[in-house]
Amino acid sequence: MSTPTTPFPGGTFTPDPGIGSRARMLAVHTRTETVLALRHSEQLLLTLVIPLALLVGLTLLRGLVALPDPRVNAALGTVLALAMMSTGFTSQAIALGFDRRYGLMRRLAATAIPRWLVVTGRLGGTAAVVVIQVVVLGGVALLLGWRPDGAAVGWALLFVVLGAAAFGACGLLLGGAVRADLVLVIANVVWFVLLFVGGIVVPAAQLPGPLGAVVALLPSGALAEGLRTVLLGGTPALSQIVVLLVWTLVAGTAAARTLRWD
Amino acid sequence: MGTEPAVEVRDLVVRYGTTTAVDGLDLDLHHGRVLALLGPNGAGKTTTVEVCEGFRERTSGTVRVLGADPAGAPEALRARMGVMPQGGGAYPMVRVREMLDLVAACSARPLDTGWLVRTLGLESCARLPYKRLSGGQQQRLSLACAVVGRPELVFLDEPTASLDPQGRHLVWDLVRALRADGVAVLLTTHLMQEAEALADDVVIVDHGRVVAAGSPDELTASGSEQRMRFRAAPGMDLGLLTEVLPEGHASSEGPPGHYTVEGAIDPQVLAAVTAWCARQGVLADDVRVGRRSLEDVFLDLTGRELRS
Repeated sequence: MSTPTTPFPGGTFTPDPGIGSRARMLAVHTRTETVLALRHSEQLLLTLVIPLALLVGLTLLRGLVALPDPRVNAALGTVLALAMMSTGFTSQAIALGFDRRYGLMRRLAATAIPRWLVVTGRLGGTAAVVVIQVVVLGGVALLLGWRPDGAAVGWALLFVVLGAAAFGACGLLLGGAVRADLVLVIANVVWFVLLFVGGIVVPAAQLPGPLGAVVALLPSGALAEGLRTVLLGGTPALSQIVVLLVWTLVAGTAAARTLRWD
Repeated sequence: MGTEPAVEVRDLVVRYGTTTAVDGLDLDLHHGRVLALLGPNGAGKTTTVEVCEGFRERTSGTVRVLGADPAGAPEALRARMGVMPQGGGAYPMVRVREMLDLVAACSARPLDTGWLVRTLGLESCARLPYKRLSGGQQQRLSLACAVVGRPELVFLDEPTASLDPQGRHLVWDLVRALRADGVAVLLTTHLMQEAEALADDVVIVDHGRVVAAGSPDELTASGSEQRMRFRAAPGMDLGLLTEVLPEGHASSEGPPGHYTVEGAIDPQVLAAVTAWCARQGVLADDVRVGRRSLEDVFLDLTGRELRS
């Protein structure tokens, strides 16, 4: 009966199921997420290339935007805020939207991987990209003359984590609930709008009155202002930290309720 | 190999709002056997499979999968089964091997993913992102994901859709190998040929109900040698045909253009039918004597043709 050419020798598929180790699942999933985030050229443009160009431009071109001296410190604050928005929000939302469209969630749901681990793996991938961004942007800032001091770096890292969390929660909320093509449009428009009038490139204080007040309550405004303040040697306002925590909590809770697995 | 079925479904009902997708369906699948759910699109095949996988809620009925209720897809149960969802699923930018390695990492003792990729002919597209793969390549990756964890039970939803004949035969070989190694396989298809080639048991579904169930032989044997079928122009004069047929034969037209002659079928009867067609200037097509195909069974039971 059986043809001699079958590529599947007897015993190949003898059942021997079992749940893999959680540590290995998490490691492989995080690695996959990281590799994919770095492979996507449009995402790299958002997460690394544009922040790098802006860091160099803001530092060297004095006429671009009024920034306090040393300009490189303020510029680093600006681009770190942008980088967190790119990774946590825009890139994350788009990736999640298209992963859902291509049936990834169904595929993963059919394996023994627990849902909490799928979320953790995604966060791990995001964290890896954030680390790369901080190292690359910080390194280039050093070349441009940034002289870091311990307290400023400590505060800045706290803001990076808070900002990534706030934008990450918003990204999960958008990417987990809306159609992929809509996610693409919304995530890019929001990125663009917040970049210019959300307190990132142009500080809230330089925006017209009521707009400036609103921007201080946005994650973009709070994060960029906080980062610039600490990198210029100042002490951040408690309100900036509270704004980021509230966005994380509200968007994160909403995302947990609305995230669709198909 | 226990005597308890791998999958046991009794009186399954699934409703979405006012639509009833599955309406009182029963099935049994045992270890080391292949069961094909056969039916047209919208018959309720995918819904049934998704309930068995634990991904869809049932309205009522009993479902036991590997001795447990699959509702909510508990982790311990998911680890023992392999699933090939309709249309696959992966990261759009992922490469074949990366995706398979990720799924393999969920299992304790997975198959060698490099071997699986080679054997399923996916090496040629190893560097391409998932979204650039052809439909057939995506299907084969999805199949690899379903079997990589050495499951006891495999669900294959339309496993050969969008495959070329060569790919289809590879998948058939794989399903036969699963069966030979004691894996239980539940597959859905709208291809008669596939059900006949692979399945130990065929459950024919239409509008969410079982219209027939049994082995392909049982389903196709009834009424053999006593029946001849053919296709021709609809609405031909059966009175003339009855005149030329020997005593005791009856002729009828089922769905328009589908004719059946009942009685002992011998060469004379065959000649008489062809002559009758010729006199009316019509060519008898798809003439079949004796054994019915599953396609005939479906046509008899539902009055409709089974098509994609």
